[in-house]
Amino acid sequence: MQQPGRAAEIKAIGIGKSFGSFRALDNLSLDIGRGEFLTLLGPSGSGKTTFLMILAGFVPPTEGKLFSDGVDITDRPAEQRAAGMVFQGYALFPHMSVEANIAFPLKVRKKSAADIKRRVGEMIERVGLKGHEKKLPAQLSGGQQQRVALARALVFEPGVLLLDEPFSALDKGLRGQMQAEMKRLHQETGTTFVFVTHDQSEALALSSRVAIFNHGKLLQVGAPDEVYDRPDNRFVAEFLGEINMLPLKGVEPAGNGSTGLCEDRTVSMRCKAEAVRGDAILAIRPEYMSISGEAAAGENGIAATATNSTYLGAATRLDLTTRQGAKVTVSVPNEVAAAALSKGNSVWLTWPAEKGFLLPHGGQ
Amino acid sequence: MRSYLSDRMGAALLMAPLLLFLVLAYAWPFLGVVKWSFTLPTPGLGQYEALLTDDLVQSVFIRTLRIAAVVTVVSVAAAYAITVVWVRGTPAQRLIAEFCILVPFWISVLTRAFGWVALLSNRGLINTWLQAIGFISEPLALVRNEFGVIVGMTHFLIPFAVFPLASAMRSLDDRVLLAARGLGSSRMRTFWTVFVPMTRSGIIGAAMIVFVFSLGFFVTPAILGGGRSVMIAELIYLRIFQSPDWGLGAAISVVLVLFVGALMALLFRYVRPKQLI
Repeated sequence: MQQPGRAAEIKAIGIGKSFGSFRALDNLSLDIGRGEFLTLLGPSGSGKTTFLMILAGFVPPTEGKLFSDGVDITDRPAEQRAAGMVFQGYALFPHMSVEANIAFPLKVRKKSAADIKRRVGEMIERVGLKGHEKKLPAQLSGGQQQRVALARALVFEPGVLLLDEPFSALDKGLRGQMQAEMKRLHQETGTTFVFVTHDQSEALALSSRVAIFNHGKLLQVGAPDEVYDRPDNRFVAEFLGEINMLPLKGVEPAGNGSTGLCEDRTVSMRCKAEAVRGDAILAIRPEYMSISGEAAAGENGIAATATNSTYLGAATRLDLTTRQGAKVTVSVPNEVAAAALSKGNSVWLTWPAEKGFLLPHGGQ
Repeated sequence: MRSYLSDRMGAALLMAPLLLFLVLAYAWPFLGVVKWSFTLPTPGLGQYEALLTDDLVQSVFIRTLRIAAVVTVVSVAAAYAITVVWVRGTPAQRLIAEFCILVPFWISVLTRAFGWVALLSNRGLINTWLQAIGFISEPLALVRNEFGVIVGMTHFLIPFAVFPLASAMRSLDDRVLLAARGLGSSRMRTFWTVFVPMTRSGIIGAAMIVFVFSLGFFVTPAILGGGRSVMIAELIYLRIFQSPDWGLGAAISVVLVLFVGALMALLFRYVRPKQLI
């Protein structure tokens, strides 16, 4: 974080934080690569914001070490780390104009007046705030305030930009627009971005990698498709989107993958059955399942009855119950749903072997 | 939730007893004072003319404004420091600050004025000690002058400056301060460039309250000024009960009330009443 204009590489080793008896963060180790867009995702109270505050230097960790470009910065105060930070609610200086807000970090660094003027002007142009230079934050819309916060955090070319749920106050349309803008700023500046959110779709859409937190623990880190399609555990699987879970019996390795018994039918998976022999949970995302009249021989499928449908426009969400009473939800083309419901009785649920993954039975 | 009275009606009803009291005990008698100022000793604008020409009245007015200005600056600055500790300190610091703010409220203004006399007079504690350690040979004139008045009034008024300041500091978003630190600003710089400007409404409110209160001080200047630093309220008292020159006393009162009224009107243009408590 000390060399301006250069993306930082951050290494956290065994970071823990306790507030009294409350364990906010436990033994977290994470490498954040140069110029990467990492999202910290989790429900509220999961420790993601605490970790961001530790990165910024606002909260000292109870234990562990933090390195930036190989330098130990664990005990370095916030103003010397100078990570750019965008707060929830923006935290703009209400008594300063847009211009003065953006100039603040440059003034603190004692840049020349000409330099400040030039860089603030460039930044205002870049975030599309031309014509608003003299306004106070209270005279701006939420989206514009957001832009000021981004400009202020990026104008001094920090090695890392930290963002704490920056879009939570914006309506949906504006949110999408700001997300696109942030992605563009990330590409233009090449700076390392660390972004905190509890919105899984936002995390998947923006990041190069997603780190999922729960109860103060880092559960899994990976590219969006990796954590979505191959979650390590049940919490990650459920938090990233809707998922169907079917009980499996007699799971054992078979060839490159594994097989198991799902309601009297043998099904196969591409994933290995290392940790989960015997009883397990087969997890499949709704959009990977389809409805058909009959499962072909060797195809993964079980019988089920359609009970309810919800029209979603582009597709229909269909709720089904298997013979042994497991609830399943699928997302299917509208006409398929209508046909399935009109039959009133049994249909077949099928899915490709590579789209199912195994989770340990019970527990997390 | 259903309310049985409209907000406006409810508020009016709740305030009615107080308004009635103010009208009967203050507004009505004050109209009498206004009348005196135009009729005593002879009808006309004579008393107001005298105000403009009487050297004593003018020097007392100027002294009152000067003392009020100094007291305002000192009280607000001291209150600001105490309030920062009270609002943002550690729990132990908060407790101590709260003690310092609240205890003076429980002691009467008279007791406190005599307390300061005991401390500041020629044979008071401070002069005795300073002489005992050989720091001074002659006692310092700490009381029966403007200095004594300013000390006593400042001590009395600091708590009144604390509340508007505390209200402004409490409503301040901590994240804005964190943001300044995160952008590279030191604690000191953050305090002066972000914290203080953001509590501007509290500073204005505190200054106005202290200034207005100072203008009407009677007991403290009477005791600590020892008759040599007469302020406007004491002058009114002297004109009415000792001279007796009721017409002039009444005219000074009217001018003082108009001046304070104008200040209050100015105050409420900048600060909402809610921010003062």
